[in-house]
Amino acid sequence: MAPPSSRRAGFSKKAQFSLFTGYLLAGAAALLGAGLLALSLWQPAAFAPLRGLASDVVTPAGTGTAMVRQGSQGIFAGLIGYFNAGSQNAELRRENEIARIRLAEAEAVKAENLRLKGLLALREAESKPVATARLVGSTATSGRRHAYLGAGSMNGVKPGMPVLSERGVIGRVLETGRFSSRVLLLTDGESVLPVRRAKDNVIAFAEGRGDGLLRIRLVNLGVNPLKVGDMMVTSGAGGYYRPGIAVAIIAKITPDGGIARLVAEPAATNFVSVLPVHVAEAVTELEAPAAAPSPKPSASPSSEASSGGAAAEE
Amino acid sequence: MERLDPRARSDIYGLRINRAPVPWRVRSVPYASIMLASALPVLLIADTMPLAPSFGFLMLLAWRMVRPGLLPLWAGAPLGAFDDLFSGQPFGSAILLWSLAMIAIEAIEARFPWRGFWQDWFTAGLIAVVYWLASLVVSGASLTPEMLAVAAPQALASVLLYPIIARLVAGLDRYRLSRARKID
Repeated sequence: MAPPSSRRAGFSKKAQFSLFTGYLLAGAAALLGAGLLALSLWQPAAFAPLRGLASDVVTPAGTGTAMVRQGSQGIFAGLIGYFNAGSQNAELRRENEIARIRLAEAEAVKAENLRLKGLLALREAESKPVATARLVGSTATSGRRHAYLGAGSMNGVKPGMPVLSERGVIGRVLETGRFSSRVLLLTDGESVLPVRRAKDNVIAFAEGRGDGLLRIRLVNLGVNPLKVGDMMVTSGAGGYYRPGIAVAIIAKITPDGGIARLVAEPAATNFVSVLPVHVAEAVTELEAPAAAPSPKPSASPSSEASSGGAAAEE
Repeated sequence: MERLDPRARSDIYGLRINRAPVPWRVRSVPYASIMLASALPVLLIADTMPLAPSFGFLMLLAWRMVRPGLLPLWAGAPLGAFDDLFSGQPFGSAILLWSLAMIAIEAIEARFPWRGFWQDWFTAGLIAVVYWLASLVVSGASLTPEMLAVAAPQALASVLLYPIIARLVAGLDRYRLSRARKID
């Protein structure tokens, strides 16, 4: 089919001019787009308020789909459960026995931990979540891995705050709207997180690869101590995350570290919690040392402050 | 006449006598459908890889191919700005790429004015694949082989989905022009 003849200008001056103006406007728009693109690559947060407004608009719809997603996951899990109920039951019984033993061991470790923390005059910093919300959506068409969260600046969420599920780290708040915010997931190509091995202090960086896996890069190169199945947890360096939250499990060893799978997959989570930035807690703890329980009640505030400071520095 | 054949005085747009299309539908349906297609993929949770092709862009291509001349040449810029708010790309990438795509289609159409289904599909598929690669390049993350590998299904899906979306747009066009307003 040929394009309609009304689009050919012919001898009409008006048609010629309008056609020319169309080309001119489209060219100018492309140039404007290139300028805006350069600006937002240089200053990624430049258009955050606009995006926040847009995500506020889609969040109510996202809450609905999130509830449906959660319901459908329950149905599938229930159906699968019927097929291998017998063998699974025996397996679970055995695992439960072992878990009970481990739990008892963990209790002992916890008690010792508490005693040692008491010696160091460290307050048990139980950080309370700023907000608890659903992940309502994500950037499914782009190469970037951002998710939308159903809580925003009205709920006290600020950029930089860590987002956790009950299993482990999901990501970090990037931009906030009023009722919604944008989360940089760990799998995004620009996400870097300082981690350490759970059982000892092998420190590394966990970088997103953009394909759902994390690249673990060791800080100290040399003999690679990592093994398949090692659990990596947050090290707390950089101050955004509280130390010791599960991040990923090593799936493959590379010369400079490994490739790891996520512990907490955003698509499988129901509710996530937003925690305050960890370093800010450390700061308030240093500023208010009098509230900290101390082994020596008669000690002067200055000595307490110095001991608290030493503990925080370690 | 209607007693013999109830559709005697109507065509695909409805009755022809004393009926007219609704003006707001005639103007808004293309834009509304493209914007809806831009915003809908947000509701998917894609944590490991891009799951869906850029439906907004495919919708724009389909409207441009199915109804040449309906969208002005500069329509890529405002619609692209709307898409940028949701897509996760840096703001400005869709303004640039959608405008360039509109200009490219215009140039191709001036060169090959007689078109058919296969040529439309070829043009749209080619532009969709180039758009897919360009939007990965300008996404702000460094382009790794792994990222290309997991995004490859997206390119394939956008080529294969074009005919379906063109049919959808044809249906929307019938809805747009249906004579729903009664002239008394």
